[in-house]
Amino acid sequence: MFEQSSYSDQYTFFQKLRSFDFILIFCILCLGVISNLSMYSTDGGQFLYHSKSHFIRFVTFFSMMIILSFINLRFWHSTAYLFYTITLAFLIWASIYGITASGSQRWINLYFINLQPSELMKIAIIVCFARYFHREQMTNINSFKNIIVSIAILILPILLVISQPDLGTSILIAMSGIIVMWLAGFNIKYFVYSGLVLVVSLPFVISILKPYQKLRVLSFFNPDRDPLGAGYQIIQSKIAVGSGGLTGKGYLKGTQSYLEFLPEKHTDFIFTLFSEEHGFVGSLILLILYAVLIFRILNIGSKSRSYFGKLFCYGFGSAIFVYVAVNMSMVLGLLPIVGSPLPIMSYGGSSMLATMIGLSIVMSTKIHSKQIIH
Amino acid sequence: MFDDGGSNVRKYNTVNRRVFILKIAKGIIFTGIVARLFSLQITENKKYLTLSDKNRLREWRLPPIRGEFEDFFGNVVAGNTKVYQLHVVPEQVEDFKYLMVRLKNILSLTDKQFSKIVKKKSQQKNWETLIISENLTWDQFSKVNFYLHELSGVKPVLSVARSYPFKENYTHVLGYVARASENDLINNEEIKNKHVPGLRVGKSGLEKTFENNLIGTNSVKRYEVNAFGKRINQVDFQEGAKGDKIKLTVDTEIQKLCNELLADKAGSISVMDIFTGEIIAMHSSPSFDPNLFMYGISHKDWDSIRENPLKPLINKTISGLYSPGSIIKPIVALSALENDVISTKFKVNCSGKTELYGQTYHCWKKEGHGVVNLRDALKQSCDTFFYEMSRRLGVDRLNVTARRFGLGNTVFKNLYSEEKRGLVPSTKWKKDALGKGWVLGETLITGIGQGYIQTTPLQLCLMTAQLANGGFKIFPRITFDKNQEPIEKIKYKMSQSLVVDNDNSSSLIRSAEDLFNKGEKEYTKLFRNQENIKFVLEAMYASTNEIRGTSYRSRIDDPKYRFAGKTGTAQVKKITKIQRELDLDTSQIPYEERDHAWFVAFGPYKDPRYSLSVFVEHGGSGSSAAAPLAKKLMKKIIDRHEEREKIRKNRLMEI
Repeated sequence: MFEQSSYSDQYTFFQKLRSFDFILIFCILCLGVISNLSMYSTDGGQFLYHSKSHFIRFVTFFSMMIILSFINLRFWHSTAYLFYTITLAFLIWASIYGITASGSQRWINLYFINLQPSELMKIAIIVCFARYFHREQMTNINSFKNIIVSIAILILPILLVISQPDLGTSILIAMSGIIVMWLAGFNIKYFVYSGLVLVVSLPFVISILKPYQKLRVLSFFNPDRDPLGAGYQIIQSKIAVGSGGLTGKGYLKGTQSYLEFLPEKHTDFIFTLFSEEHGFVGSLILLILYAVLIFRILNIGSKSRSYFGKLFCYGFGSAIFVYVAVNMSMVLGLLPIVGSPLPIMSYGGSSMLATMIGLSIVMSTKIHSKQIIH
Repeated sequence: MFDDGGSNVRKYNTVNRRVFILKIAKGIIFTGIVARLFSLQITENKKYLTLSDKNRLREWRLPPIRGEFEDFFGNVVAGNTKVYQLHVVPEQVEDFKYLMVRLKNILSLTDKQFSKIVKKKSQQKNWETLIISENLTWDQFSKVNFYLHELSGVKPVLSVARSYPFKENYTHVLGYVARASENDLINNEEIKNKHVPGLRVGKSGLEKTFENNLIGTNSVKRYEVNAFGKRINQVDFQEGAKGDKIKLTVDTEIQKLCNELLADKAGSISVMDIFTGEIIAMHSSPSFDPNLFMYGISHKDWDSIRENPLKPLINKTISGLYSPGSIIKPIVALSALENDVISTKFKVNCSGKTELYGQTYHCWKKEGHGVVNLRDALKQSCDTFFYEMSRRLGVDRLNVTARRFGLGNTVFKNLYSEEKRGLVPSTKWKKDALGKGWVLGETLITGIGQGYIQTTPLQLCLMTAQLANGGFKIFPRITFDKNQEPIEKIKYKMSQSLVVDNDNSSSLIRSAEDLFNKGEKEYTKLFRNQENIKFVLEAMYASTNEIRGTSYRSRIDDPKYRFAGKTGTAQVKKITKIQRELDLDTSQIPYEERDHAWFVAFGPYKDPRYSLSVFVEHGGSGSSAAAPLAKKLMKKIIDRHEEREKIRKNRLMEI
């Protein structure tokens, strides 16, 4: 036991470089290339504002991820609460001094970048939970104190994000948080009970939804209700995907996006554009890339000897899965339209930053997988 | 420490177990997404592809170019003229208000026109073409072109519109076109399919009848548009076909003469080829200029047409119903001869009136004609003779003959929706329609073309034609048939039908219903004994060319032009005793109560070829108001004969 703990405390630079997960990097690079090409297509086949800034962001944050990967997992473990607290502070800042765009106060001005702290919170909540449950005894997990503290950790950012208002992101934060709580060993019955409470309170929740959010929920159930209004996005998105066929309309030839029938094509609906141009085959390849990425992250988690790293990887992998599944189900008309970007693919600096930070922690876990954190 | 380790193991086990469950859940969900993708992109691909094309492609249909009408000699009588239009695409205009003010000055638009355009602009999208003017004068057009460099977004356009070069001459024959109405779209599928805003369609006459041939096909421009409806680029262009050209049998020269002859009068003239049935002229007066309807007729013009007491809107030739008066007499005489009611030697003493059941029936000649035979009675139009003859004939036998010769039925088959059938009375008809029994007195007045009997001017022309060609059935037509048989062949066919049918002497007995329902074949004989026809024609010759004939004053002595005819003067109102004694001149009677003047004729007498009918509404007596017009007309018709035959020969050689 002692031998094990003294083993592998320090690695050389080359040792670290050698233990990089190249499959993971390959997946990220593939997705990065695909996302940049798609962004180029949304700009109508020109290297314009969106494609330019997406490219810069991808290159910057990818390099940042590689560098951050060398940081010892202990650092993340020790700064987990700080990370969470700072992000929470940013959220509060956003709710007071935030920049408003399209009816929602989500961004804070950091002078060099406009940051969306709710995106960072997606990672921070997982890091924070990983740290919280790292030292916790299995027998104590379901204790009253743990339940209350976990719920508090989870509910605070959710309330802040909902009040922005940003339903999509708060749902995603909630889902990744809940998954981590369940993985950590919370009794399944708590989730069942709170689920029941949610169902009972649903009418009340719907009544406090903003009118545009209500409309989205209603138009999900019947998109033809208002084909030029709220249902427009779902209908046009389905037309775009459906008309793609087996092999798609060809790169830069997606008429639905090119002729501006697709709304928000560089953010939430980037998959629609990709699917229209590359068809079923292309979409399947993209899905496989995401699946490999996710299962690779889960695999790294399962090989980690530290509970912090393990739980983070499991949580983060599941979160990525949730983002991908929610986004795709949404654009394919399986879920109501809520704002949820597709990781790496969608345009958006904060989302990219958060994803890359998460991936760098995963990579760090891989490099330091033999390390035990006390 | 140990406990710790055990707890840790449990902790690790829990998380690994739960992740495994999660992995399975993820697999299922991803499979679900793939299944959804499959159903959208593979199973329902066609549906969404169609929807996507519907999204992105828009068709712009251009108005089709309407086919033309030509007369017999190849003159265009309804064509298309170039018009200069002014279009503006508001999107391409920097300052619309300024532009409009400039245009207002250049085109000298009225305030009303100006506000109309501004209103139209506010009702359409910015990139849709705004039509400032549909018909610029050359002056306006050149002025706009002069300033064009200062007027960005303005497009002077050359377009086509319907035009009738002979103005009022062809109005009733052709009808006119105007913007398609809601009803036009509902009633005609073809119009609905080809409709574009501002499309003009036939509203009456041949323009309406041949709408589907004339309309042509739209040129189609297919554009790719974006989500806001803005045209991105033209995908393809399909050139439409011009509508069919329709050739008429009408001679414009004669048509024009008809118009001149009837100037300032209400009436109708029709001229027909007695062998081919070709309509050579067909005019209803007064007429109006159909070009007025092209760009919306002004209130003033419309009111003057609508409120004209001479009713220019009615095509009197085919939809005006009038008592034929004495024009019916040749048919009455023929019917009596064919039915062996009288012989040609039968005589009646005309004392100016006759009595029946206490009712007095007057002859037009107060002092009477004395003793007259059938030939004299036709020649001098003796009413007394015809009272006696029709009393013996009876109305039902007269009905059969009259209907056989074309009265009481439309002349054309579904060519003019406004054409009327007219009425030839019979005892059965009166019983069915009025519920009363026939009275013998009514037979007497039917015998002189008064009472219930009603005919159109064209029916009487056809009647004359079928008498003049020797008594054979013809089907009048106004559209040229390039397979028209030569006259020699028609005459041969007629003589053939004479031979074939001679065995079957029952042809006269066949009921009139048979005739119309089964559709008699062309050139079949309409008589039992051709001598009777010849007798009637000879009497009509006497009427025009012998002294004391009713139209003797309108005769032409030159054998080339010599013609035979019959006058008619139809009473509009029953003449009272006082009026009879006063014996007023036509001009002394109020217009609405004046007699209708009729004249039918055929010529040249030696070798008849053409028949005509002249009708002057409230014109007075047939011999003074109608026959003189026919004299001028017949001369022109026979003068034009050579040329007409030349065309016909050329046409034959073409084939």
